[in-house]
Amino acid sequence: MSTTASPATEVARTRLNWGVPAYILFVAAAIVFAVLIPKTGYILNISLQATTYAIAVLGLTIVLGLCGQINLAQAAFFGLGAYAVGLGQTEHGLNFWICLMIGTSLAALFGALLGASTLRLGGHYLAMVTISFQQILTLILINWIPVTKGPDGVRAIPRPALLVDGSYYLGLCIAVLAGLGYLVWRLRDTRLGRAMRAVRDNELAAGVAGIDIYRTKVTAFALSAILGGIGGGLFAGGFAYVSPDQFSFAESVVFLTMALLGGVASPIGAVIGTGLLILIPEWLRFLKSIPGLYLAIYGAAVILIVLFMPDGIWGYLRGQLDRFKRARHSVKTGDALQLSGGGAGAETVLEVRKLSKHFGGLKAVDEVDLLIKRGGVHALIGPNGSGKTTTLNVLSGLYKATSGSVILNGQDITSLPPHARTKAGLGRTFQNIRLWRSMTALENVMVGAERPGNTAADDPAAVIARARAALAFVDLEHRADEVVAGFSYGHQRAVEIARALAGDPALLLLDEPGAGLNSSEKVELRNLLKRISARGLTILIIDHDMTLVSEVAQHITVLNFGRHIADGVSADVLQHPDVIAAYLGTAPDVAA
Amino acid sequence: MDLALQLLFTGIGIGSVYALVALGFVLIFRATNVVNFAQGEFSMLAAFMMVVFTLKLGLPYWLAFIMALVGMAAVGAVFNLAVYYPLRHRTYLPVIISTIGASIFLANGMLALHGPEPEVLEGWFETPGFLVGPVYVDSQYLLIIGVTAILVVLQYWFFEHTLLGKKLQATSQDKEMAALLGIPVAAMIMVTFVYSAVIGGIAGILVAPVLFVSIGMGAAIALKAFAATIIGGFGDVTGAIIGGLALGVIETFGAAYISVPYKDGFAFLVLIAFLIFRPRGIFGERVAEKA
Repeated sequence: MSTTASPATEVARTRLNWGVPAYILFVAAAIVFAVLIPKTGYILNISLQATTYAIAVLGLTIVLGLCGQINLAQAAFFGLGAYAVGLGQTEHGLNFWICLMIGTSLAALFGALLGASTLRLGGHYLAMVTISFQQILTLILINWIPVTKGPDGVRAIPRPALLVDGSYYLGLCIAVLAGLGYLVWRLRDTRLGRAMRAVRDNELAAGVAGIDIYRTKVTAFALSAILGGIGGGLFAGGFAYVSPDQFSFAESVVFLTMALLGGVASPIGAVIGTGLLILIPEWLRFLKSIPGLYLAIYGAAVILIVLFMPDGIWGYLRGQLDRFKRARHSVKTGDALQLSGGGAGAETVLEVRKLSKHFGGLKAVDEVDLLIKRGGVHALIGPNGSGKTTTLNVLSGLYKATSGSVILNGQDITSLPPHARTKAGLGRTFQNIRLWRSMTALENVMVGAERPGNTAADDPAAVIARARAALAFVDLEHRADEVVAGFSYGHQRAVEIARALAGDPALLLLDEPGAGLNSSEKVELRNLLKRISARGLTILIIDHDMTLVSEVAQHITVLNFGRHIADGVSADVLQHPDVIAAYLGTAPDVAA
Repeated sequence: MDLALQLLFTGIGIGSVYALVALGFVLIFRATNVVNFAQGEFSMLAAFMMVVFTLKLGLPYWLAFIMALVGMAAVGAVFNLAVYYPLRHRTYLPVIISTIGASIFLANGMLALHGPEPEVLEGWFETPGFLVGPVYVDSQYLLIIGVTAILVVLQYWFFEHTLLGKKLQATSQDKEMAALLGIPVAAMIMVTFVYSAVIGGIAGILVAPVLFVSIGMGAAIALKAFAATIIGGFGDVTGAIIGGLALGVIETFGAAYISVPYKDGFAFLVLIAFLIFRPRGIFGERVAEKA
C-alpha cells in the first residue's frame, strides 16, 4: 500500500513546494508594505477594518461555505471578542493577549452552546436562533450598563506594548488574517473539511458514511464563532473604541453579504468580498447620507447574488479559469483493493430478530427475522410495498425500529444512530443515488475510506491510496478528480459502491443497485458484485430484477406485506409457492 | 389578581398579532418548505401604507384599509416572483438567504424612503376602551383578538371546505403529485404568498395603533412569531396560534414582573428553552426526509 501511495503524495508535495513559500513571501511583502508605506489615518482605519472583518468573514467560509449552515450572528461573536479586549484591558487591567484569548474562548463557548442546542434541527431554526442570539447580545450590551458601559461604549482601548503604532498593528492583523486564511484553505481538504462538505451536499449520505453529522456541524459553527471572536478582538485594538451599534444585526448582514459576494466556498472569496464591501461604500459615501439606503442595496445585492452568481465573484472566476484548464491526469495505482469483510469472526455477520417498524397503524415491517452468514450474497426480495427498503432503512438507522433487535458482527446496533452503525461495520448504497455532488469522485470515496473503524481511516496517505484502489476496483480511477455531478447514472452508482467499499465494511447493503441501469450496465453490475463477493465481503442486496438476484445471490429472503414469507437457498426459494403467488398474484393456498 | 387579569388580556391581544404573523409563516412554509424571513416586513409595509393613506392622503379608514390590503396582495405577488420563484428548484439555503436579503431590502428601503421617525396610526374606534369589572378593555386589543379569531375560523373553513383550499393543501403536501393531478402548482404557490402577505398586513395594521409604526416593527414581530411557530411545533397551524398567544402572555407578564428593558429578550429565552427541551414544539414538527 505504501508503495502505491507515494506517487500521489509526491504530486501533492511538489505542488505545495513552491506554493507555500510563495504565499509566505507574498504575505511578508504585504506586511512590510503595510508597515513602511506612510499612510493617512483614514487609510489605516480602512485597512484595519478590512483585515479584521475579513477574519470574521473567514468564519462564514467555514460554517456556510464548507458546512452549509447559516450563521446570522457573526457580528455578535465579533462583538464578544471586541468587548473582551475592550473591557478586559480598560476595566480589569488584563493583558491584551489574555483578553484576546478570553474573547475568543467566549465566542467559542457561545458558538458551541448555540450550535449544540439548535443543530439537530433544520436550518431555518439555526437562522432564527442566531438572529435571536444577536438581538439578546445587543440588548445586553445596551442595557447592562455597570458591566458593558451601555450605549456609550468602551473608550481608549490600548494595543499590545510592541504594536502601539498603527502600522505595526496593521502588520499583525495582516499576519493573523494570512495565517487563518491559510488554515481555512487547508481545512477544505482535511478529513474534517471533507466531512463538512459531505454534510453540506447530502446530510443523509454523510451520516450513513460514518460522519457524525451533529458533531461536524457544531464544530463548524464553533470554529466560525472563534474566527468571529479573533476578528473582533483585533478590531477593538485597532479602533480603540467599541459601542453596541457596531455589533448589531445589520453588521451580521454585512458579514453575510461579504461572504456571499466574494464567494462563500473559499477564503479568497472572503477576502475579495470583504475588501469590496469595505471600499465600495467608501467610494459611494453619498449613499450613507440617506439612512437605510446602503443597507437596502446590500439586501438587494444578496438576492441578486443568490439568483445570478451563487458562487460569488471568486467562484465565478474559478469557473471561468477551470474551463481553460486541462483535466488533471490521475496517477494510476491499479486495483489493489483489499476487503477484510469485517475480519474472520463468528459465522454470522448480521442477525435480525423480530424486527418491526410501524408507521402509525401501518406495519411496514412486521417481526422480520434475518440471518446473514459471512461470505456470499444474500438477497432480500418482495413485491412493491413489501417493506424491503424500510427494512434497509431500519438496519442502517435512518428509521428507528419499533421493536426487535439487530446484531452486527456480535455488536447490538439496534438503537445506534446511522454513523455509529457505520462505525460498527455497516456500508450501504441508496436506491436514489446520494453522492456529494460538488465533490470529486476521489473525495467522495475518501470520505468512505475515512469511516471510523476502518484501519486506514487515520492515515491521510492510506486514505488516498485506499480511495484510489476502490475507484480502480469499479473501473473509474481515470475519472478520480472529476466532480461527480457530471457523471452518468451508471458511473454515479459505481462511485457510490466504491465509497462503501473504501470503508472496508463488514456487511454491504445495496438498495436496488440495478434500478435505472441499462442492460449492459446491469451485466457490469453483476460482474462487480461477483468480484466484491469473491474478495470476501458479505452483501445484502435488495432488487426487483430476478435475473440479477438469481445469478448473484446464494441465499434469498422473501418479504410480503412486511412479513417474512420464505427463506433459503436461492433455487428453492424461487420455486416456493408463496413466493410465486406473491409475485404473480395467484391466491396462495396457505395464508401468508 | 386584577393586575394579572389585565396583563392576561393585554398578553392575549399582543399574542394574537404574533399568531397572525405566525400563520403567514406556517402557510408559506407548508407550501414551499422554506421559512420566509421577510414575513414581518409585510406587517411593517402594510402599517406604513395605512399611515400614508389615512394621514397623508386623508382617505377614510375603511378605504385606506382596503387599499392597503390590495397593496399587500401586490407585494406578495412581486415577492414570490422576485424572491422565491426563481429559486424554487434550489435547496432551502439559497431561498432562506434570499428572503433574508428581501427582509433587509424592504426594511431599509422603507427607512431610506421615509426616514427613521416613527408614525402614529389612529385606532379603528373612537372610544379608546372601557372597564369590565377590574379590567380595562382596550378597544384596539379587543379588535385584534376578534379579527384573529374570525380569520382563524375563516381559514379553517377555507382549507377544509373549499376546492381551492384542498388544492392548496395538496400542493403543500406533495407538489409533484399535485402537479400530476392537474393542480396548477405555480398558481397555488402564488396564492399562498399573496394570502400570507395579506394576513401579515392585517396583523401589521391591527397592531400599529398599539405600537408605533416604525421600520423595526416588522423584524420585532417576525422574530416573536417565529418563536411562536417553534413553540407550537413547526408547520402546525393550531400550534402557531397557541404558541403566539402563549408568547404574548409570557412577554407581558415578564415585562410587568421582571424587567421592562429586557421585554424583547423573554421570547428568545422561551424559544431557546424549547429548542433544548422540546425542540419539536408542543404539537411536533411535520417534516421528515425520506431515504
